[in-house]
Amino acid sequence: MNNRYIVIVGCGRLGSHLANKLSKCGNSVVIIDRDESNFGKLSPEFSGFRIEGDATQIDVLQSAKLGQADILIATAHEDNTNMMIAQVAKKVFGVTKVIARVFDPKHEEVLLKLDIEVICPTAAAAEMFLTAANRQS
Amino acid sequence: MKIILVGGGKTLYFLCRNFSSKGYKVVIINREHNECEQLAKKTSAMVICGDGSDVEILEEAGARSADALLAITPFDQDNLIICQLAALKFGISRVIALANDPDNADVFEKLGVSAFSMTQIVSSLIEQRASLEQIVNLFPVGEGKVNVTEVVLDAYSPLVGKQLKDVSLPENSLIAVVIRNNQPIVPRGANDLQIADKIVLITLPENHGKVLKAVTGEIDKKNPG
Repeated sequence: MNNRYIVIVGCGRLGSHLANKLSKCGNSVVIIDRDESNFGKLSPEFSGFRIEGDATQIDVLQSAKLGQADILIATAHEDNTNMMIAQVAKKVFGVTKVIARVFDPKHEEVLLKLDIEVICPTAAAAEMFLTAANRQS
Repeated sequence: MKIILVGGGKTLYFLCRNFSSKGYKVVIINREHNECEQLAKKTSAMVICGDGSDVEILEEAGARSADALLAITPFDQDNLIICQLAALKFGISRVIALANDPDNADVFEKLGVSAFSMTQIVSSLIEQRASLEQIVNLFPVGEGKVNVTEVVLDAYSPLVGKQLKDVSLPENSLIAVVIRNNQPIVPRGANDLQIADKIVLITLPENHGKVLKAVTGEIDKKNPG
């Protein structure tokens, strides 16, 4: 599982971290961000490609050769951006594995209908806080 | 009819005015506090300040009882998600998204959301209108899949003096109406065509140019011969 072609949208804290890790263990990684200065978060171990552009434009996704990707990971700052890119990757480019970060747990229901795999940091953190709070000390 | 408009700017303002004058109930969702205040003053619409892709804001706007929603923010991702929430969560049957990037019009359709692109509409209007001065009116219908064009016949037109049954236009096109001296005539085969007749043409974008050439004649009037 270490020679996959992975496209990551958003080079923020999460996107850059995933890009560094996935690149280090031998995957081909392409990372897209609107702001070139964000690529400074990539470590020297990152050996993939960087694309400066807006991933809600289909030509930017085409230049990342999204059609050949095994996985798309959407970690842009805005939920709507991630939700749109995830759908485009799945339904227009036919990427089989698509994972989007979505902060607002209220969107989950609609995303299930749209058949998009979502990671919701808000819900995940809430779970952990509740578990910790309920733990007998 | 109750319609929700999400976005801002002049387009939204004039759409709102237009719909209100037709007696529709309009609800506006806009993120900017100042613009909301202006809209509330200038229009009769109910104005809600907030993010249109927030389920609670849509709920507050009465999405459950709305007949249509139009998302025209400057951000394509927002327009798409707003429309999907409106359709999937609130069951609004008519939702339309503005595709700021013309490529996204197709993408949105593939994702099940009706879309339109200003760039596509305006550029096709300009191209088609600027190319021939005899064309007095053109508008796309059926999501741009059909064009309706008014053309005034002049002396250069190969159609002038012919009976309709002898006119051969390219496939998938039709002369729907002839307007002569402001009187519309729904044409039959035996009608003839005269100079200064205004004809209403139905064409498809792919044969539009060909049909126009057949109707107006191929001679460029600025450089005759």
